[in-house]
Order: sequence, then structure tokens, then C-alpha cells
Amino acid sequence: MASGRQQDKQIYIGQSVPRLEDPPMVTGEARYAADINFPGQIHMRMVRSQHAHGEIVSIDRAEALAMPGVVAVWTAGDIPEVPPVDFREGSIPALDAYRQPVLADGRVRYVGEPVAAVFAEDAYLAEDAAEKVRVEVKELPVTLSAEEPPGEFEAGRDTEAAVVKQGYGDIEAAFASAHKVVELELSVGRHSGVPMETRGAIGRYDAAADMLELHGAAKVPHKNRELLARMLGRSLSSINLYAYHVGGGFGIRGEIYPEDILVLVAAMRLGRPVKWIEDRYEHLMTANHSRQQHHKIRAAVDADGRILGIDDEFFHDQGAYVRSHDTRVVKMTCGVLVGPYKVPAFSALGHFRLTNKTPAATYRAPARYETTFVRERLMDAIAGEMGINPIALRRRNLITSEEMPFALNLEALGDAIEYDSGDYEGLLDKALDQLDWETLQKDVKRRRADGEAVGVGIAMFVEKSGLGPSDGAKISVDNTGSVEVITGGASVGQGFETVMAQICADALGCDYRRVQVVHGRTDRIDYGIGAHASRATVVTGNAVNLTALKLREKALAAAAELLQAPISTLDISSGVVYRDDAGSDPSISLGDIARSLEPGLAAEERFHTDHQTYPYGSHIAVVVVDRETGGVKLERFLVAYDIGRAINPMLVEGQIAGGVAQGMGGALLEEFVYDDRGQPLAASLADYLLPGIHETPTVELLLAEDSPSRRNPMGIKGAGEAGVTGAGAAIASAIDDAIGIPGAITRLPVTPQRLMDILNSRQ
Amino acid sequence: MKPAPFQYHAPHTVAEAVARLAEVAPGGGLVLAGGQSLVPTMAFRLATPEHLVDINRIEGLGRIAVDGEVLSIGANVRHAAFHTPVMEGPLGALLTTVVRHIAHYPVRQRGTFCGSLAQADPASEWCLVAETLDATLIARSVRGSREIAARDFVLGAMTTALEEDELLVEVRLPVLPADSRFGFSEFSRRAGDFAIAMALVAYRLEDGVIAAPRIGVGGAEDRPRRIEAAEQALRGREPGSEAFQAAAEAAAAAVDPLSDFTTSADYRRGLVGTLTRRALQQAAA
Amino acid sequence: MSNGKTDITLTINGREHSLSVDPRRILADVIREECGQTGTHLGCEHGVCGTCTIIVGGVTVRSCLMFAVQCDGAEIRTVEGLAHKGELHPLQRAFMQHHALQCGFCTPGFLMLAVGVLEREPNISDDDLLDVLSSNLCRCTGYANIVKAVRAAAAEMRAA
Repeated sequence: MASGRQQDKQIYIGQSVPRLEDPPMVTGEARYAADINFPGQIHMRMVRSQHAHGEIVSIDRAEALAMPGVVAVWTAGDIPEVPPVDFREGSIPALDAYRQPVLADGRVRYVGEPVAAVFAEDAYLAEDAAEKVRVEVKELPVTLSAEEPPGEFEAGRDTEAAVVKQGYGDIEAAFASAHKVVELELSVGRHSGVPMETRGAIGRYDAAADMLELHGAAKVPHKNRELLARMLGRSLSSINLYAYHVGGGFGIRGEIYPEDILVLVAAMRLGRPVKWIEDRYEHLMTANHSRQQHHKIRAAVDADGRILGIDDEFFHDQGAYVRSHDTRVVKMTCGVLVGPYKVPAFSALGHFRLTNKTPAATYRAPARYETTFVRERLMDAIAGEMGINPIALRRRNLITSEEMPFALNLEALGDAIEYDSGDYEGLLDKALDQLDWETLQKDVKRRRADGEAVGVGIAMFVEKSGLGPSDGAKISVDNTGSVEVITGGASVGQGFETVMAQICADALGCDYRRVQVVHGRTDRIDYGIGAHASRATVVTGNAVNLTALKLREKALAAAAELLQAPISTLDISSGVVYRDDAGSDPSISLGDIARSLEPGLAAEERFHTDHQTYPYGSHIAVVVVDRETGGVKLERFLVAYDIGRAINPMLVEGQIAGGVAQGMGGALLEEFVYDDRGQPLAASLADYLLPGIHETPTVELLLAEDSPSRRNPMGIKGAGEAGVTGAGAAIASAIDDAIGIPGAITRLPVTPQRLMDILNSRQ
Repeated sequence: MKPAPFQYHAPHTVAEAVARLAEVAPGGGLVLAGGQSLVPTMAFRLATPEHLVDINRIEGLGRIAVDGEVLSIGANVRHAAFHTPVMEGPLGALLTTVVRHIAHYPVRQRGTFCGSLAQADPASEWCLVAETLDATLIARSVRGSREIAARDFVLGAMTTALEEDELLVEVRLPVLPADSRFGFSEFSRRAGDFAIAMALVAYRLEDGVIAAPRIGVGGAEDRPRRIEAAEQALRGREPGSEAFQAAAEAAAAAVDPLSDFTTSADYRRGLVGTLTRRALQQAAA
Repeated sequence: MSNGKTDITLTINGREHSLSVDPRRILADVIREECGQTGTHLGCEHGVCGTCTIIVGGVTVRSCLMFAVQCDGAEIRTVEGLAHKGELHPLQRAFMQHHALQCGFCTPGFLMLAVGVLEREPNISDDDLLDVLSSNLCRCTGYANIVKAVRAAAAEMRAA
């Protein structure tokens, strides 16, 4: 019955529908970079610097060249036409000198830096030969701290690549009139995404068509194509990137690295496909690091604990070179530090300094994880020094929902920051409710009386998502009624295809399982924003929505003709256009409409957004400390998060749970440690400690959808980074509470030994 | 992380194996048993043996049995064999308690008790067990068979008294008296990680006071060690917090802990005291 | 035989592969390359992450820690062999149902780890099951859904 169809109309948005991505993954048929092979391919293996800083005296490749299966061995001198790895947005004169050469040229600046490339018939032989390349280096003094005065980068240039400032208001007046000034020095340890799949790339060159291909791309295929085209002096249309299955990104995979350039140049010059698969040892030393910052922060507060001003000076340990993100993380640090609080006067000064370590870039919630730790420690310290309950202190300073939208006079990612909507205090209350705060406090008291060092900590934060300026999509329906959505998005495992399919299906009126989503393919679509900065669902999702609505209109118009019915009486459900009014029965499938149209049923549309959206949340952690070993057990973890509108709640929850595990790793376990010669000590998974099942609690989740974003018609805010942002801060706060020493934790990660040092020093 | 080239040998008898070792060990040949420690070092090319003598196909090396007063454990007995007690009584229970701390399930399916002894990693639980319980190790070579007492076996980190061409074929653990109590406590960063320190204790009670105390500490120094001063602090005393604290303090004072860039000697020393006390509390429970 | 190849036969998911391999070739590499079964992944190549977990001769092992030559004549089971005549294994279905995978890279290792232990010990206690699952690392999910999925599949496998 026609009217019955209306009730049957399936709505996918808001439903936890199973993922379209899953079947090949559970059957082992998914194809990751290492699974891709081309006939005639050769393997690339890097020869990497064993010194943290030095001048290359000589590179002897004679023995390597003579080994079985070796096709070529390159050094910097073999690729004079290849420029240093560019910034994603193009040349920045003040920073260009700090870019990483594809192969070390004269100097090596971190252990692991590519010095030579060996090309051989298989990976084993390539590794054998790489061992035989003799690199003689005259060691130079190493710089291992961003807080030390800058050293020499090269003649006439020091290691402070940039100084970034942001601020507003009269900071001097704020401190002059302060009732109290609270000062802290805080640091976040060096850690990073460390996905389960290492990096990999295959370069292929079709000489007949002059087409260069990079297989294994992820994250930002179109931006990467632009960058590669610039660096290699080729037209955009003569390079294509192909993404396959990707074993996690977290921000660190998918930037252009030296190895990506090399496989392409080698494919062209050697006339064979070139495959490079990174091993884990290499990964830990050469894939982007992140997070290491040292902050000297002070707050001026009035007699009621209200913030009058915050002044922060920080040192960002960038590692040896400035990679594709240029100074973005430092700029963002300045912009996002104030979080959800009203700060009448603000000054942030960031020192972007190079050291002889692996270069750093963005990792999930970049600048937010770090600044949330710093800011929330500051709030706890203010509360402690003023004798105000830490939650009450926060309430006093929060931006209220009536004050939204709230402009900050600060910027991040080139965007002026204006919080769009939010009820920070309301969500905090819900979180406390969900935890049954009163009972929890009583429990904690009782357990402490029994001798347990148990504590609770809170962190509040504002996230950012939906970075524009725009994205588009192309959607077509074929004669069988199958829908193809082509986006310039990227899948790194987060369920991109499923979410886009849900959005398309709802807007168009079909089954989401009939929607095939294409992503990561520059040859299928000329533009795209990839997947990063929690923008895919917001921006690409809205683009898909608009495109599908446009397609729906086209389909209805055609159907109106074909069915001889007024368009206002028509609707689409399960891929069939039918009459909505009583009595009439004729209907027509989308596939038949497609067949009837010349040149078919398709639409293309764009979504524009001026500003990012700013979802927000609170993290609450319960920890138990073993006072005799310094061991910390994370017992409970609650994430309260404003998602705006969840397209697929199950996927949102998964993202948040994974984020919490990473945030917790950075708080307690993960750290890239270097010895005093700049040798990396965490170069295996036995030393770089990833959280396992026993270390990771089940995350309790409170998802709020009561502040949909006003910045897009679907009201969506991104969620990819929400689990990680406040974890460091919440856990630090909980540890302080557990050991009864306010302000004890000023540094992440909190290792058992560091915690014992704190406990012992207070005896 | 692919291993360097080697020649592979898979003998079917001990005689064949030791003959092969005699040929290849001087030139850098190693024994391949479980491979759970050796293969990773080969992946990092920290070890580049030119020959591997795989003993997994040798019949008879998988034997585990009580022979009178000792539990005999053959070279191919896997850690997983101890997931359930291999014999009645405290020794069986002790081995099952300890094995849970060794790496993870799949590693325990392949890794061997004897392999762990031959590897002599300071964090090896079985080395601590062998040392604390006065095990005897049987080594075979083309020159014959010899017995090595546990206390003479581990010479330092990753170094044992085995000659380069000797194969550890069996270890014999003295069966603990039926009324023995034991306790084991280990601290590591995550479940299954290498122990930063660990303590294994055993004692009996005679007329309500401690007799035959054994206190072994591992992970903290370059080899596992029984701490005589700690055992002395227990002997003849009633089990309880005073005696245990005294033993713990003695153990902490006696050790000369390893230190490295991320873990200090002092921190390990503190752990030794704590873990010794906790192991004793377990034993008394 | 100096650095020469060794002839071996590996039976993978019931199918025989006759090969000639260099002794140093890691079992995981041979399964993936010579035998073309790329479902088994390499996450670390030093025996820590468990991504490469498979079943050899009925034993759950890390395939990055064995040489292919050690497995001559062995029956090997990998993720590609879990589905039976097109029907997915209860574990595979449970993983999808409970959103126990995101990027999918660690998934084959977890599936084989779970299959191995549940077949041997169908009545394994929940604590022991958790201990076994703690053998493997995942960077995406935070584990809770993996545990849920395995528990659900275990119940179904016990009932069958």
C-alpha cells in the first residue's frame, strides 16, 4: 500500500547499522599496502642514519651494489632534481630551509633519517644490501631539548624555526590586578599514533601513458597529489593516488614522507614498480612523532577564583625538520589553550624549536591533548591554591550556553575560532549524574579509609571539527539501481564508507547497502579533503547529503514525467519512487529512471562552511595507585561528549573508546625516550608500550545530541578525536587525588618510577 | 626486520644435534628451540647466526616426569605445559603460578622452559625458579653429558656456563616437600611484560617457625640470586609481618640492582623489598 | 646445502603448497607471498603485537617467530580458512555484529587467537579468556568490543 510505504521508510541516520567495510576485513581479503603487488616490482629498503647529528663524510655503496639481487643504491647525489619534502600548503620562505631532504644531504639530523635507498629484487636481499652500505659520519653535538637555548641548524640559521604568538586583551593589567597568581611548569611526553599497520607505498610508472601512480595513499590524497605534482614537476592529471585498506591513521599516516617520493622517482627511473614496506623498528624512529611540549603557564585570578588572564610560554619539540604541517600545531596550541573557559586577557608565546629527534607533526587531537593537560592542571592548581572545589572552580569560569556563539579572538588552522554552540556546564552535570557523583565520592572515601590510594579526576575540553572550506561529492545511480558515491575522502578504518552510505541513503531514499562509496582515488574525482581534523563526517557528509538531495530532486522530476504524476505526490523509499497519496499504485525504481535518462541519473554538489564546529566534553577518570610500586591502574573512565548529531552511534562509541586507549597510553605508558646521544630507546614494541586489554578499562559513554551544530544543515559535529583529548589531564588529576598531593603530576607520562620519586620525595 | 642468511639443520636425535653443534657452533651456530627469544633478536639482526640447529624434531626431548625426588623437564617442554599443574603438590602449583607471568599465550605455546634457561635473560622467571629451587641442568655435547648446578649456571646477563657446542637437554627441579609454602610476586609495566623485578619464596614450618627458607630475587640484577641475608632473617621465626618485613629489607639491602636510562637502581631496590614482602605474604596466606 | 633453498610442503587451510624456500624466510612471509594468502598481517615482526597469529599443527603461534622450513608437513590454518563453504565462522559474524574492528589490521590475528583457544578449551573461564585475548594489541577499538564479540561467539560455539 502506498501509505504503508511511508511507514516502512527506513531511516539510517542515527542507527547503529553494521559496517559496509567489515566483510573483507574479517575474511582476510582486505588489501593493505603490503598486500599489493605488481609484476616486476622491486623492493626499496632505506639506509638510515645511526647518528643523531653529524656531517656525512662518505657513503660507500660498492659492497652493497655487488650483492645479489641489488638493482641500484641511491644517495642524495642521485636525486639532485628532487626538492626537500614540501609543506602541504606550499612554500613558506621563512621555513623552507628547515624542510627535510628526501635523502640526507651533507648532514644527518636524527637517528633514522634516510641517507640512502637500496633497490633490490626482494625485501630480504634489500635489507642485506642496506646493511653493507657504509656511512661515515663526523658527529656533531646534539640538541635534545626544546627548552635549551637554540643551537645551530646550519650556518646563519638557528634551531628556533619560528616563534608564534597569539593573544588578546591587556595581560599586564590582568596580572597587576590579580588577587592571586598561579604558576606552573608542565610537560607532555613525546608519543604518537603508532597504528598497527606500518607505513608502505608502491610507486608505479606507466611510461606509455606518462602516468605516475602512488599506491597506498591515505588521509589526504588530493592535497598529497598537489604536493607531489609540485615537487616532481608534473601535471596533476599525470599523477594518481590509490588508497586501499589502511591499518589506522591517527593523523600520522598519509602525510608525504621521503619514502613516498623515492618510490615514485625510482619507479620512473628504474622502469619497474617500487614497493616499500616499513618495518616496526623503522616506524618508531621515523614516522611522525608528536605531543612533546613544555609549558610555563600562569594565571591571574580574582578573589573568587575567576580568571582574569592567562599567560603561557611554551617550547614545542619539533624534532629535526619541519614536516608537511609547518607551524600549524604551534599556532593551534596558542588558539585552543583556553578551552571552555572565559579568559578576558590571554597571551601565548610558542617556541617552535628543532632538536635531533624524529620530526613531529599532528596526532589525534593535536594541540588539544597537550593544552587540555596544561589548562586543566592549571584549573586544578587554582582550585587548590584558592581552597575552592575543583568542579566549583570550573563552573565559575565556564562560558555559558547563553553566551554562544562565542568568539575567541584567536585562530586555529587559519580559522578564526568561534564556538558555535554548547552547554558545557549542562554536560558536566549530566556526566556527574551518570556517575552518581555523590555515591562515587562516598565509595572513594570508604576505600581510602581501608587504605587504598584511589582518586578521581576531571578534565573539560573543547574539541574542533568540520574544517572546511568545502567538499563535494558525485553520486550516480546505475541501471540496476546501485548507487555510487564518489568522494575525495579517505578511510583509515573509521567507517567512512558506512557513514557516507547512511547519509546518502536517507537523503535519496534507498537501502544503505546498495550504496558503494569510493574514496582515496584521485583518478575518480578531482578534489577532496581526505580524512583528518574530524572533518569527514561534517564536511564530506554534508556534501554527500546535498548531492543526494539534488539527485533525489532529479529522480523525482524524471519520475513525475514517467509516472504522469504531480511531483508533490512522489516520494522515494528503498530505491523506488512511488506515489504518496491514496489510491494510485504506479511506481518506478531508481534504476529504471537511470535507464530512461540521457546521460543517466547523476548529480554533483558542494558543501561550503565558513567555520569549524566546536564539540565539547568532559573526561572523568578513576585510578588506583599502588604506593609501593608507583603502578597506576585506570579503573574507570567516563567520556561525556557533545556529538551534535550521531550518524552511527556505534561507530562514534568505537572512535571514542579507541581514543581513550590512546590518551591513556600517552598518560601512563607511551614515550619516545632518547639517550644523551640522541639514540632512540623506544624502538621496538617491547619498549614503546601500547595499552593492552588489561590496561584499558571499558569506557563509559555519555553522548549528548542536544546542541546540534548550527554550522551545517545536518547539525553534525565530528567525534574522531573526542576520546583522546582530555585523557592525559583527567588521569593526572585522578593520580593527584589518589595520592593526596595536589599538583603532584606536572609531567606525562606518569611512569611508576616517576610516581615513586614523587611519593618518596614527600615522605 | 628480516633475518640474515643461515643454514638450517633439523637433527632427529640428540647425538646428531650435538655432532652438528660441534661443527657449526664455533662458526656462529645456535640452537633453535622455541624461537620466541631468538627469532626477535635475529629480526633485529642483533643475532646473525650462520647456522641454526633446530631441536624441535628430536624425539624424547619433550618429556616431563617425576623421577624420584626430581621433576625432569626436557628441552622441548613448552611453557604452556605448566598451565595446569604437572604434578601434585607445591612444586606443580608453583610452576603454574609462575607461568602465568611469562609473556603471552601464543608465546607460551612455543617457548620452552630450557630455552629460557639457556637464554639467561635477567628477567627470566624460569631462571629465577631454577636458582631458587637448586635445580640441576644437564648439558650434552660430543664430549658426553655433564651436570651443572643452577647456582653455577647463569653467569651474567644472557651468559651461561654452557659451552658454545653444548645443548641443554634437561633440567631437574627438586620436588618441594609436600608441606612447602610458596609465593611469587613480579612487577612489570604491563601484564606479560619483562619483569622489572620479581621475588620467589618458599619455606616450610617446623613447630610453627620457618624452616628451609628460600628467597630468590630476579629481574633486578644481571642474574637471579638467592638472598642469604633475607633467608637468614626468616629462619626460625614465626611467619608474619615482622619477619617478612625484616626479610624484605634484607633483600633490598643485599641487591646491587641494574640501572638503565629509564629505570634506576634505587627504584629496583625499592621494588625488591616490596615484592619480597608480598611474595612472603602470599606464601603465608 | 649452502644458502640453498629447501623443499617444503605447507598445507594451508587444507590446500597443499609445494615450495622451495630459503631457510631464513619467515613463516608469515611465505604464507603471504609464496602462498598468496595475505590475510595474515605483520604488525611488528618481533613477536609482540600478535597481529600475525595463526594456527600451526593445532597450536596457536605467532607466525613472525617461525621459519617456514620449520613447518614442513604442517597443517596451517589462517583467517582465510575460517569461513566454511561461504558461511562465516561465528567469530567472524560476532566481530561484525559487535563492531569489534575498525581498521581491521589486527582482526585476523585476534580471530585466529580466539579460534585457537576456544576450540581447545570451549569452557575456558572468562578470566582466562581475557588473559588469552590480552596477548594481542589493537590500536583502534579500545578492546571492549573485541571482548564482547569473542564472548558472544564462545557462547554460540559452546551451544552448537
